[in-house]
Amino acid sequence: MSYPLDIARIRRDFPALAQKVHGYPLVYLDNAATTQKPIAVLDRLRTSYIDECANIHRGVYQMSERATASHEAAREKVRAFIGAARSSEIVFVRGTTEAINLVAQTYGRRFIEKGDEIVITAMEHHSNIVPWQMLCQERGAVLKVAPMDELGDLILPEYEKLLGPRTKLVAFGYVSNALGTVNPAKAMVEAAHRHGAIVLVDAAQAIPHRALDVRDLDCDFLAFSGHKIYGPTGIGVLYGKQRLLEAMPPWQGGGDMIMSVTFEKTTYAPPPAKFEAGTPDITGAIGLGAALDYVQSIGMEAIERHEADLIAHAEAALTRLPGVRLIGRPKHRAGAISFMLGDIHPHDVGTIVDRRGFAIRAGHHCAQPTMKFMGVPGTARVSFALYNTTDEVDALAACLAETQKMFRS
Amino acid sequence: MSELQDLYQEVILDHQRNPRNYARLPTANHQAEGANPLCGDHVTVHLDVKDGIIHDISFEGEGCAIAKASASMMTSVVKGKSVAEAAETFKNFHQMVTGGQDPCFDLEAMGKLAAFSGVSAFPVRVKCASLAWHTLNAAIHAGESKNKEP
Repeated sequence: MSYPLDIARIRRDFPALAQKVHGYPLVYLDNAATTQKPIAVLDRLRTSYIDECANIHRGVYQMSERATASHEAAREKVRAFIGAARSSEIVFVRGTTEAINLVAQTYGRRFIEKGDEIVITAMEHHSNIVPWQMLCQERGAVLKVAPMDELGDLILPEYEKLLGPRTKLVAFGYVSNALGTVNPAKAMVEAAHRHGAIVLVDAAQAIPHRALDVRDLDCDFLAFSGHKIYGPTGIGVLYGKQRLLEAMPPWQGGGDMIMSVTFEKTTYAPPPAKFEAGTPDITGAIGLGAALDYVQSIGMEAIERHEADLIAHAEAALTRLPGVRLIGRPKHRAGAISFMLGDIHPHDVGTIVDRRGFAIRAGHHCAQPTMKFMGVPGTARVSFALYNTTDEVDALAACLAETQKMFRS
Repeated sequence: MSELQDLYQEVILDHQRNPRNYARLPTANHQAEGANPLCGDHVTVHLDVKDGIIHDISFEGEGCAIAKASASMMTSVVKGKSVAEAAETFKNFHQMVTGGQDPCFDLEAMGKLAAFSGVSAFPVRVKCASLAWHTLNAAIHAGESKNKEP
């Protein structure tokens, strides 16, 4: 599909969008939390459970072979989608959080030593803070935080100053879930590599909004969740460069991650199997593959342009409301806009607009340090997907104006 | 919107705009902090209790309209009451906001606290309305503290 998108047709692909909430049509604007699922994904899950519901990598019967083929085809779809060199660099996990923890607990425990430094940014989601804190505590390493400015943009020179001979690992979000900031990922990877550090990119909030290529970015690890790109919950991806995945110790022990087991010694399977102990979320992976097919049938470039229109429209509509303060006004934005509606607490805003059918997020967005830096207890946040419309944005703006009236009366 | 109007009644909006007893309390001998970590709301309740009577009470903190108004109204309701009366009022308030009251629950007896009866239609907001009360309860049961000048 080319730009402009046929939104009416796209919306028919998402049955959830047709429902009413408190008697009003649902306006779903919490896509940074999770996205709705297209019928193509739902159908694929159903056929998978009916036609090929067998365990993978072990059956000699046809149904198991089919399941294995579909599961591995999904891995190949992920590889192609993010531009990885080999499908063995694609590890299926539960989601972004699990991917980051996997790296912290395998790569980190093996290679991070006392006095080493790990660099993150001031706008990270808790899932890209806590695993590193835990690792630093365990290994005696030091966590360094690259600052942002009051607009919510990373201060690149300050980030570069933090990098040095002790920097062993850099982890950052490509797009901030709380502020919508798009970070200069390529420049950040390059700078980290100049100091010999390994880089993990948390792409949870980038993957649904823009085409990305891990070889162009040259990141060492990349993590994302399937459910944020119209796939099922419970499935996510860790991409890792082959040589790193090979050097890392396994994570969980169990079936499927071994070459051979005796009571004396176990030899491990090569990646990705080394990191996929136990029966994986087979159907989830297949559903994720269907979701990637779906977004590619529309085209990432067309999606990016449509969402850029939505964001420009929403920024204008929100700032037209008296008393609205955008929290974060980054130079490059994707996905989300955070704001305060005068002095009305975000939770009150969330409750009131919910009664008119609007699903928006209110709170700290699992980014408490970001909220603290911005001097707010939390924000109201709208976040977009390919099926949102400017009409929905206008309706929300009208509802916010009504909310203000209610609190003023 | 009628459920919303029940939730954000004028008296509630008034208390959140002009919270009563929002201060430290130099004579306080009991205090406690309460927080809802998931939403970031937090409140500190200061009490001056003698012989089982709440002679004075104040609160400080940050939160949504419901949390702030509830804390404000709570302080004005329990001031001068006995600890036992305050506990009974909390029990009734909790029943009211969770919608778990028995059929013969006397809403009128709740006085101005009845303004919070609309909360029961918003289950996720019950914790906002009850935060201050839980904190009051904790303050009452906290050991007596030496009066410290802030």
